[in-house]
Amino acid sequence: MNAALDVQGLTTRFATRGDAVTAVNDVSFTVQKGRILGLVGESGSGKSVTGFSIMGLIDAPGEVAAGKVMVDGQDLRALSDEDMRKMRGNRVAMVFQDPMMTLNPVLRVGDQMAMAVRVHRKMSKAAALKEAQRALETVGIPSPEERLRAYPHQLSGGMRQRVAIAMALLHRPSVIIADEATTALDVSIQGQILAEVRDLADQTGAAIVWITHDLGVVSSLADDICVMYAGRIVERGTAQQVIDHPRHPYTQGLLDSIPALHEPGKHLPQIPGSTPQLSRLPQGCPFRPRCPRATEICATVPPADTKDGQTVLCHHPLE
Amino acid sequence: MPDTLTPDSEVIATPSAPPAETRAMRLRNFWFDYRQSWVAMVALTVIGVLLVGSFGAPYLVPQDPYDLANLDWMDAFLPPGSVGSGEYTHLLGTDNAGRDMLSAILYGLRTSFMIGISAGVLALAVGITVGLTAAYFGGRIEALLMRIVDLQLSMPAILLALVMVAMLGQGVPQIVFALVVAQYAYFARTTHGAASVERRKDYIEAARSTPLPTWRIMFRHLLPNVLPPLIVVATVQVASAISLEATLSFLGVGLPLTEPSLGSLISNGFKYIHAGRYWLSIYPGVFLMITVVAINLVGDQVRTVIDPRNSR
Amino acid sequence: MTDPILKIENVSKRFTRWPGMAERLVGKITGGGKPVTVHALSDVTLHVSQGEVLGIVGESGCGKSTLGRVVAGIYAPSDGSVTLKGDPIVREHGNRIDKLTTQVQMIHQDPFASLNPRMKVGETLAEGPRYHRIIPSGKVREGMRELLEKVGLEGAYADRLPHQFSGGQRQRVAIARALAMKPEVLVLDEAVASLDVSIQAQVLNLFMDLRRDLGLTALFISHDLSVVRHVCDRVAIMYLGRLVELAPADELYADPKHPYTAALFASVPTVGTGKRKFEAIKGEIPSPINPPPGCAFHPRCPLAGPRCRVEAPRLTGAGPARTVACHLNDGGVDTKAETAA
Repeated sequence: MNAALDVQGLTTRFATRGDAVTAVNDVSFTVQKGRILGLVGESGSGKSVTGFSIMGLIDAPGEVAAGKVMVDGQDLRALSDEDMRKMRGNRVAMVFQDPMMTLNPVLRVGDQMAMAVRVHRKMSKAAALKEAQRALETVGIPSPEERLRAYPHQLSGGMRQRVAIAMALLHRPSVIIADEATTALDVSIQGQILAEVRDLADQTGAAIVWITHDLGVVSSLADDICVMYAGRIVERGTAQQVIDHPRHPYTQGLLDSIPALHEPGKHLPQIPGSTPQLSRLPQGCPFRPRCPRATEICATVPPADTKDGQTVLCHHPLE
Repeated sequence: MPDTLTPDSEVIATPSAPPAETRAMRLRNFWFDYRQSWVAMVALTVIGVLLVGSFGAPYLVPQDPYDLANLDWMDAFLPPGSVGSGEYTHLLGTDNAGRDMLSAILYGLRTSFMIGISAGVLALAVGITVGLTAAYFGGRIEALLMRIVDLQLSMPAILLALVMVAMLGQGVPQIVFALVVAQYAYFARTTHGAASVERRKDYIEAARSTPLPTWRIMFRHLLPNVLPPLIVVATVQVASAISLEATLSFLGVGLPLTEPSLGSLISNGFKYIHAGRYWLSIYPGVFLMITVVAINLVGDQVRTVIDPRNSR
Repeated sequence: MTDPILKIENVSKRFTRWPGMAERLVGKITGGGKPVTVHALSDVTLHVSQGEVLGIVGESGCGKSTLGRVVAGIYAPSDGSVTLKGDPIVREHGNRIDKLTTQVQMIHQDPFASLNPRMKVGETLAEGPRYHRIIPSGKVREGMRELLEKVGLEGAYADRLPHQFSGGQRQRVAIARALAMKPEVLVLDEAVASLDVSIQAQVLNLFMDLRRDLGLTALFISHDLSVVRHVCDRVAIMYLGRLVELAPADELYADPKHPYTAALFASVPTVGTGKRKFEAIKGEIPSPINPPPGCAFHPRCPLAGPRCRVEAPRLTGAGPARTVACHLNDGGVDTKAETAA
């Protein structure tokens, strides 16, 4: 068993005026070394909060209320704040939608990368710069020596995102979490980066959690897919299983509403209604009011996780 | 409530709507957030008491300090707590003309409030117009208006106000005008900053492409969206208008002692402070300080509450 | 084909940023501080027929949004003209731009930014028609209710503020606002890009229904090739401010002629193709401040030849209703001298 990342029963709550909402509700998944897990969901599904919870980046009024986050067999939740800080950027790293969350606008790329290297490892600045250059090469940045001398604002959006990914790679982390990392980029640049990410997982053996709303991206990038809805993982399986044979009506609905799979000009099958507010979830199955397969039991009993194979959180899964 | 089964007509027929959040609810939420700071609650209470005390002064205090017929030479310089010829206790003593200090302070506070609030409101109106015009039209108009504003902001407000009062003479309208001239620039700056951001948003573009006339876009679309930060600036500017007016009066160019504001009271009492008659100057000063600090504290809390970064 | 109602003729749009006073002063010493000009649109000609939906596709910096704003009357073209049924859309008064028609309406990308957050939805909808007397004043309220129902919302929602709506609902309101003006032409600028997939399908269905019921003519601007294919009759592909290919949707998708179009198709990750490899376009999108000489795409083009580096390709016919701007379609990528040799 060499699961690089093992998340069990992760639950994150946010206190708002008066009451609390559960943004991430009993989420469990594992990612093996060198595999890419696609975490898919629409806005408000809790996919990003899951990423932040793993990284220990949830601030008040939010709180990780329960669960285990095991990285290489070590529970991150049991660590002190100080030890967690040492883990971040070292064993676990995160790539954000906006690369400027990672990059410091007033430092040269090389300087801040060297600094990031030397935070966790003792070495000379020259050696750290070598290390930085190697990381830039890994993500396919042309003429890396030149880029090291550039300031972030002198780089294009795609290049900045590559630098952010390179920074995440500096310490050859076991786990990389990417939150909508290519969403803001143009398709041609996104294509380049996705190709690099695929190679990275194969070469470095990092376990990657790729959080996105784009089913097209995960279906071509990920090995495994988890679909989130209203804070829960409603379906989990290999990419092929989930895309080709979705079993949860929600996954089916999502796939159906992609225009590329339909004859032009025809009505698209649509999921009625909109994503529920977490503070007002219906009893029973949260997808029930929008579900074509719902019956009486769905209104009262929340479906349980079967915890093996292609799991699906549904009373009436598709065969 | 029993949860009905499918078809859940409301949800299926149309995308479900979140519960209607009314203005009253938003106000309740604002109040909920505001209450979180006890300091701000105390400040708000203090302002309330001061407002009631000063505007209700004619009904609350034993003496009308404007009415010279009420003053008695024999009562001059009575220390706090003495009983004078009117057979009531002068809680804060009397001044050199025999005025009851508490009465004078509350009347003075009323003048200060009126000047501060009217100067603040007028400066707000002028500043909004200048700032919105600059932000909406941009180009040369913006450059010209904002350079004038910058120039004014680089000068101390007190200097500007002094020059204005020297030119216009004494009196309440003159003081208000001087304060507006000295302070509108803060509003113009803030409006311009907020409006320049809003100006670039799509809803303004949508209004332009409808098309709607310029004045309508400026005052119906732009203005309501730049108001929140202005409310904060307005509270703080009322406080600073009050202290600016007090400064002018203290320097002797503001209001005459026959029409006392807090500043003229402090100024008047200052002459006697070395003679040990501290109460003539200190108590109006304390009231001024409490007023200004309380308004600023309220402004700070309002800023914290309406800051979108704090919204949950 | 019927006579086009919307004519975009040789439209160019340049944005010039003049340096501020401080920059000019510093510029005197350092040699900088000169005005910077961006060529957002270069010589674009497009005709749209009544009832047609024309897709405009491209990546950032290709000028598709600028084109939409020129058509919607927010910018005036630097050169060329945009006319609706023969009448210009805007008039320029020095710095000021007056939009002359209510017949072209725009729907923005982000419904969280395109609705005035402090105005009730009903008022947002009614404002334009009331001002321009498009609906008799006695019937405005009633008209707004009908409109809300037409876009799939309840008439009672008119009294709500935008923040009480979800993204999809807001986009419906934005569509209703545009329809309230009874326009001939709609400009949709990435109108479904910021919506969740399930909501996107709802809004696309709504658009297709409205189009059928009202006979709408539209410019559908998007970066999403599959969405464009689904709703558009013809598609224009843009790159760095220029039109590179124009073709009926089914022909374009079946057989892209321009190498950029082909590369764009190849780099989109799509569900269901089983594709595990990305054929990414190499290189970065050049800056529109300094576009490459010759064909703007040549530094990234796998098929570029010497001619592409020096000569900009013209749009030439490539079938009955198609045009493409590529030397491959116009005598080859070798320079004339080399062809002769």
